[in-house]
Amino acid sequence: MIIDVNFVGLIIASIMASAVPLILASCGELITERSGVLNLGVEGMMIIGAISGFALMTVTGSLIIAVFGAMLAGVLISTIFAFLTQTLITNHVATGLALTIFGIGISAMIGKNFVGIPGKEFPVLFEGLKDTIPLLSPILFGHSIVFYFAFALPFITSYFLKKTKIGLIVRAVGDSPESASNQGINVRFVRYACILYGGAMCGLAGAYLSMIYTPQWIENMTGGRGWIALALVVFSTWNPIKILIGAMIFGGLTIIQFHMQAIGVRIPVQFLTALPYIVTIIVLVVISRDSRKIRLSTPSSLGKSFHKDN
Amino acid sequence: MHKFLIRSFVSSLVLLFTLTVAAVAKDVKAAFVYIGPTGDHGWTYQHDVGRKAVEAAGFKTTYVEGVPESADAERVLRQLANSGHDIIFTTSFGYMNPTNKVAKEFPNVKFEHATGYKREHPNVATYAARFYEGRTILGTIAGTMTKSNVIGYVASFPIPEVIRGINSFTLAAQKVNPNIKTKIVWAFTWYDPGKEAEAAKALIDQGADVIAQHTDSTAIVQMAEKAGVYAFGQASDMDKFAPKAVLTSVENNWGPYYVDRVKAVANGTWSQKDTWHGIGDGMVVISGLDSQMPSDLQAKVKKLQADLASGKVHSFTGPIYDQKGNLMVAEGKTADDGMLAGMMTYVKGVEGDIPK
Repeated sequence: MIIDVNFVGLIIASIMASAVPLILASCGELITERSGVLNLGVEGMMIIGAISGFALMTVTGSLIIAVFGAMLAGVLISTIFAFLTQTLITNHVATGLALTIFGIGISAMIGKNFVGIPGKEFPVLFEGLKDTIPLLSPILFGHSIVFYFAFALPFITSYFLKKTKIGLIVRAVGDSPESASNQGINVRFVRYACILYGGAMCGLAGAYLSMIYTPQWIENMTGGRGWIALALVVFSTWNPIKILIGAMIFGGLTIIQFHMQAIGVRIPVQFLTALPYIVTIIVLVVISRDSRKIRLSTPSSLGKSFHKDN
Repeated sequence: MHKFLIRSFVSSLVLLFTLTVAAVAKDVKAAFVYIGPTGDHGWTYQHDVGRKAVEAAGFKTTYVEGVPESADAERVLRQLANSGHDIIFTTSFGYMNPTNKVAKEFPNVKFEHATGYKREHPNVATYAARFYEGRTILGTIAGTMTKSNVIGYVASFPIPEVIRGINSFTLAAQKVNPNIKTKIVWAFTWYDPGKEAEAAKALIDQGADVIAQHTDSTAIVQMAEKAGVYAFGQASDMDKFAPKAVLTSVENNWGPYYVDRVKAVANGTWSQKDTWHGIGDGMVVISGLDSQMPSDLQAKVKKLQADLASGKVHSFTGPIYDQKGNLMVAEGKTADDGMLAGMMTYVKGVEGDIPK
């Protein structure tokens, strides 16, 4: 086994590709949670995005329609959640769980006609530069537009929350909806918008899976990535940049354990398979030692319903 | 006028009678219990293709998908048996005990359990396919087509079915190319496209230029297509997912067996038996061979296929040694079904250990 720099580059590129859906969904959910809404329906919105993207691609033949259609589908299904939790003031946790179950079921129903159809090739950018720089080339070049967008998103999200007025409003609504409301901010409207944005990003994450990563439709193809994305938000202590790191760790551990198996490293496979979860627990323990920091960045009203009339 | 009425009355009676006879002869209801969704395009999907063949033969069928291998299975089986089904196919290994338990309570209902070995009651039959025969063909192709002499193999769970496949594949590949190495990655899933693709990518990055799989999704052949290496379809013909990468597929063809067994119930000739069919009986089907394969290899594969079908060639013909060099099958002998059914050791030439 010769370990050369290009080989390392290939591994890092695989890890980044596997992190894309996690980053997209987590960054979307982060905005939703920052506005004080806990939406456990990430998995459901992702799977709806996956089937919508794939179905639209197959029916219309247009990748652009498919990608935006998947985001729109995410928006539509999250509208149900927004209506229930914001207008009818239902419990966030129960409604989010229902959304996931609903999404998995309805995607399977729509998907019946799309099983066994191969996907289309998704164009990649800068493919000509693939062999120019050792180590960096496979990391930087030859990926889809969604890949580049995903890696820019945490920085955009961070800038949005810290430096823009709308970002400040979102945080205000999440930390103290009463004060925000007294300031004349329409809390319900802001939360609706944040939920819908989260839905769009989850839809895009699903479409990445069914159109780019493994271009096909099969039932349950998100395989629990929505739940990992949810965990990543907590893991990051609501900091978008840390989502990037967390997603790389999660994506990376699976890929590295496959490489170790192929090299013939004699570590029990079950241990390697469990590694991502063990690492999560360790990281969470390490993070939660500094409880002040967690409390500072947790949206204070997370998961609590806001009644304007009270 | 009277004549006309009488004639039409008689003819409608005759018609009615024929219809009734036809209905009686075919009034057998078959049920299928699936472990996964019919939309997996793999294991369950192929069973459902078989069920549709039964339907096409004129029988009524029902299916229940996504049934866990737990007490839920018993409940589903009891309900199916209670609701007038004459024959019930349980299509996953883990349904073995529930099937036998419920069969005892319903002696008039026939039960058919896939891939199991327990037939505790006269109304329980078992059936499975000799997929390892297909893997002998894949190994022969892989050993010939590889240039890097590294062959990747994405495996699911360490059970005899999978170990047997790895062994059969490696033995055949070594026979045509003694220098090959089979690298195995255990994905610990039957069905997770993302994970399967990542496992395949790891093998490709480490120099494998032919990838075999014992997991169910099409993600692996698509990854192979992207990377420009060869692969083989699993369970169904996956050529359209990766036209350049897929050299051939091993298809599971349950339809003829299902139609046979349901007809046997209709005719009253059903009896308990254990069926283990391979290429010869058409339960394992080799899809069309890709034109990228040289013509002499294609001819060789066709001959091997015919010889496996006729029984002239057996996938496990001695001498076969295990990894430590102990003799497993003596020269000139072939492995018996008992040994195949319980195979839990790698043959010589497979790298690594079986995960425990």
